[in-house]
Formats: sequence, structure tokens, C-alpha cells
Amino acid sequence: MAETHSLQDLRQQAAIASKVFIQRDYTSGTICKFQTKFPTELEARIEKQQFEETIQTLNNLYAEAEKLGGKSYLEGCLACLTAYTIFLCMETHYEKVLKKIAKYIQEQNEKVYAPLGLLLTDPIERGLRVVEITIFEDRSIGSR
Amino acid sequence: MHLGMDEPRECQYNQICTHNSSSPAETPHSKKRKVKRKWQVFPGRNKFYCDGRIMMAKQTGVFYLTMVLILVTSGLFFAFDCPFLASNLTPAIPAIGGVLFFFVMGMLLRASFSDPGVLPRATPDEAADVERQIDANGASGPGYRPPPRTREVLINGQTVKLKYCFTCKIFRPPRASHCSLCDNCVERFDHHCPWVGNCVGKRNYRFFYLFILSLSFLTIFIFAFVITHVILRSNRTGFLSALKDSPARYPSTTGSAKVCVLSWKQCSPFLDWRTVLEVVVCFFSVWSIVGLSGFHTYLISSNQTTNEDIKGSWSSKRGKDNYNPYSHGNILTNCCAALCGPLPPSLIDRRGFVEPDAPQPAAQSNGTNMCPTTQLQSHMCHQDQCIQSTKFVLQAATTPLLHAQPVLLGGAPVLQPKPSVGGPCSALGPGQPSLPSLPSSIPGLSCGGEVLALHDSESHCHHHIHHQHFISPEETPCAAHLGHHVPLYDPASQDSLHEDSVRGLVKLSSV
Repeated sequence: MAETHSLQDLRQQAAIASKVFIQRDYTSGTICKFQTKFPTELEARIEKQQFEETIQTLNNLYAEAEKLGGKSYLEGCLACLTAYTIFLCMETHYEKVLKKIAKYIQEQNEKVYAPLGLLLTDPIERGLRVVEITIFEDRSIGSR
Repeated sequence: MHLGMDEPRECQYNQICTHNSSSPAETPHSKKRKVKRKWQVFPGRNKFYCDGRIMMAKQTGVFYLTMVLILVTSGLFFAFDCPFLASNLTPAIPAIGGVLFFFVMGMLLRASFSDPGVLPRATPDEAADVERQIDANGASGPGYRPPPRTREVLINGQTVKLKYCFTCKIFRPPRASHCSLCDNCVERFDHHCPWVGNCVGKRNYRFFYLFILSLSFLTIFIFAFVITHVILRSNRTGFLSALKDSPARYPSTTGSAKVCVLSWKQCSPFLDWRTVLEVVVCFFSVWSIVGLSGFHTYLISSNQTTNEDIKGSWSSKRGKDNYNPYSHGNILTNCCAALCGPLPPSLIDRRGFVEPDAPQPAAQSNGTNMCPTTQLQSHMCHQDQCIQSTKFVLQAATTPLLHAQPVLLGGAPVLQPKPSVGGPCSALGPGQPSLPSLPSSIPGLSCGGEVLALHDSESHCHHHIHHQHFISPEETPCAAHLGHHVPLYDPASQDSLHEDSVRGLVKLSSV
């Protein structure tokens, strides 16, 4: 509760110092994967390990969403047999994972990023192209 | 039936989105105004129907022709051939035909009406970041920058060039391409298909493929059974019950010598315009559609796009160690991945609401750059705090940020001192501390010139396309050409489609 409050506090500051964009990593193809390279802008704010862990978790979640395997093939074939009408009453695996990601990002924002004056944006809102990290100016929160 | 297929998904995205940022509907003043959805301010040249659920290309004439051809041919088949075939052969024929027909229509509509995988354009902040990177890499002086706006990435050991898209202000992801007809970057762009009335890309390729595959089965099916019908009819009337069938018309047929003549005369009523139409349409379309599905089967099995195939991107003729980095290695996995793999989500939340305070051009690319302020409003707009909220907005406005301007420009109902805060917009000079390396020469970033700059960059983009982009002059305009010169009857037009694909093959071999 206290944490969400700090998130709201942060947003109420509304003074954005800058934004950092974590780009996609295409080395293993077009699957959704973000670079884990630590941006210099965040050095003063967050620990490298923490940042990498977040991005890695996101990457793992996207990998789970786009994983090829028996389960996804089954879903695909089943959907195809019903002429994709099945998706009228059921959501795809990808969508379930996207919800999970949205939840994860919110949780990370509340627990880790907001207290540090940072805010993660769900990549789906940016076309899965970037992870946008908004850096807020330090006001009430003392600089770290 | 399939029209609303995307709906539940879109709604859920909206929920995700609003959960994370803020729901515009929550803010009190947005209820009074008409809330716009994102499709209404979508920057690409697309048509939307059913409140954004259906998304198509601008020119849809050929799509209706496709629909009419399929509907008329199948309609004639079901109305005039099926009753006879069902009673004389087996009722399975109309049943199988019906299933095929519904599958074909389902896939066609799904391919036509869904988002092909359009990449949303960059937000002003993201575009600024990209510019900054380009400037840093180019290390040029201010004012002009060096021409190569490309970025090289290594994908599975193969170097791939990413080109910068001047319209979308992004480096196009690998396999993405800008469709000049729809004016969108489309992921895993295959081609723009006027027959389907949409681009064919990452999200609808499987529907497109299943459509042409099932359509080739349907045409073969109809063709075969129309011929069967004619033959059966002629046999029956000719040799078995010619006299019994129509004694009134041929009362004087007695001699066996006349039977042959009669059989022709008897069957000729069945070779009327309906049968002729069915046979002609099927005969001519069978070759092109079967050819096209064969071509796409080859593409799927090697995990290529038509775009890449025509350009010969992964052709071994380009170099010895040139290979397709996206291929999964074997044909089966490639097919499964393309047809049964996970269905990627739509990246343009077209049924989502435009942030209420955002102006048109920036509205499409809204999001968290507006988020803090709108969030702020939704939290603070209890009545007693409204003034305070205004103060916060003003405070946000005076902070030298690009994101603040859209809020200001549209936020008239909340902000009385609009003119005075409108000032910072133009006052946003090069010397802003938050975005120090943002030169005023960047197109589309100076807030006032947003719209103009967009047009400017569009023309720029076309220019760019014609110079660098192989697919656009070669392939897409040809599609447009198809769209304009629609022959009035099917065979030739189907053939030209076929020629299109054949031309691709020829080109491939000539590369």
C-alpha cells in the first residue's frame, strides 16, 4: 500500500528528467528480446544487477510467449480447425503472457523502480520495440 | 462472424493499458467530450470499420471483386449443381463444399479485416532518442547529417541492415517493410495484396496462406463436380432417360440413330450461362491459385517472405555463405512455426482510447509520455483538488519537456490560462536542459510543426523508398497496378495475379 502510494507520489511530481530506451536485441532472430546492456543514464539510479534482472525476466516472459513447441502447435492447429473462431471465446497463450508481463511491470514499478524515481513502460504500449524507462527528477526522493 | 474476432483481445489490451497507465474515461472532463479511439487518429492510410474492429487498406475495390467471384461461383454451384449431385451421388458433396466454402470465406475475411502487423510510429521521445543515436554515431556537425541511415545487426550469424523509416521514425525491425500504399511499417512484410484488400504481414500471413490453399481446394472441388454434373446429366439424358425426361420437347425421337444428336441437345441446356461461367472461372483461376499456393508453400517451408524472395535476400547467388537467418533449419519446423506458431498480438491498440488531452498527430503515439500527467489528473480530480491539479499540470508544462505540449494544447477545459502556457511550446528552444542534444532541425519534433513535419517526412520517405527500397517500386506498385486495371472478368485478372507470383520466381532466378 505504501509502495503504491509512492508510485502515485512519483507520478504527481510529473517532472521527467529524461527517458531511456532499451532497444531490441535481434541477435537470435525476430523473437522479442531486449538488450540487457546497462545504460549509463541509469547508473546513478539503479544497480546494474537489478536492471539486468528485470530485463532478463521480461525476455524470458516474451520467450515463453513466442516459444514454439507442442503446446503452441496444439493451440494453433486447434484454432485452425475451428477456422480461428475458438479465439472468440478463448485468449491466446501470447495474450495470457502479455497480461503476466503487464502485471510484472506494474509490480516492478511499485517495488523497485518508483522508489528510485524511475518508471518502466510496458513494451506493448511501444509496439514491442523498446522498453521505455522514464527518469523522474529527484524532488522529495533524495538522490541516490 | 469473423468481424468481431479481434474484439475481446483488443478490449483486454485496453484493460492492460489502462491498468498500467490511466483510463481516460476516468477523468471527469473527458466524459463530457467525445472520446476518440486510436483508430480515428491513426496516421496510416487505412480504412476502419465497425468502430476500429475491421482494418483494411485504402483501396478495397479488388477485394470486393474477389468476394463477388467467390460468392457467385460458389452460389451457382450450391444452387444448381449441388441438389443434383446430392441426390444422385452423395450428400457429402454439398457438405464438404459448404465446409470448404465457409473456411475460405472465414480466412479471407480474417486476412482482410485484421491488422497485418503494423508497427506503431515512434513517440516523439523515442524518435528524439533515435536521432540522438544517429547523431552520436555519425558524429557530424549540426545542421545536416550523413546519408547512411542504416544500422547493422547480426542475426544468427548473418549481417542484416536495418533501414531507417522516415515516416515512422524508427529503424525498421528485421523483415519489416514500409507499405507505400497503406503508409505503415508492417512486421514480416510479405506483400500488399489488393485481392485481399490488405497488407499481408506477420499477423495475417497464415490466414492469407490458408485462404489461398483452401481456395485452391475449393476451385478444384467445384470445377471437378461441375464437370461431373455435366457428364452425368448428359449420360443420363442421352442414354438412359432422354425421352422420359422431356418427351414434350422431343416427341419424335424414336430411331436409335437420333440418340447421339439428342444427347447433345439434351445436355446443352445444362451448358447454359451458369455452367459456362462456373467452368470458365474455375478453369482459369485454378492455375493461378494453385500456382500461388505452391509458391507460398515453398516460401513457408523455407521461412521466407515474398519480399525477401523477390529481392533474393537469402539467395545463394548473392554469395556463397548467404543463408536465411530466420529459417528454423528444417521444413517441418518452418511450416509449423508459420501456421501453428503463437499468434502475435496487434501492436496498434486501435480500439483503445486516445488520451483525452493529446492533439491529433501525437495522439497515436501517446502513452506514458502523457501518462504521468493524465494519471495525475485522475488521481487529483476530486472536486476540491481540481485547482490543485491544474497547478500540477501547469507545473508539468513549465518543465521543459516535449511531452508536456500535447497535454497543454488539448487541455483547454482544465486550463484557463491556455495562451500563457501555450507559450512554452514555441519557447521550446535548443537550449532545453532535458533534451540537450535535440537540435531544432529535427523534423517532426518541434511541437508546432508536428503536422507539417509529418508530411514533409512522408514525401521524404517516398523519395527514400524509390531509391533504396526494392520492393516498393517493383512489387507494390504492381499490386496497385492490378488494383487499377481490374479486368472485368475473372480469368485474366486471376492470371495477372499468377503472373505476379511467377514474375517473382523469374526474378528470383535471374538475380
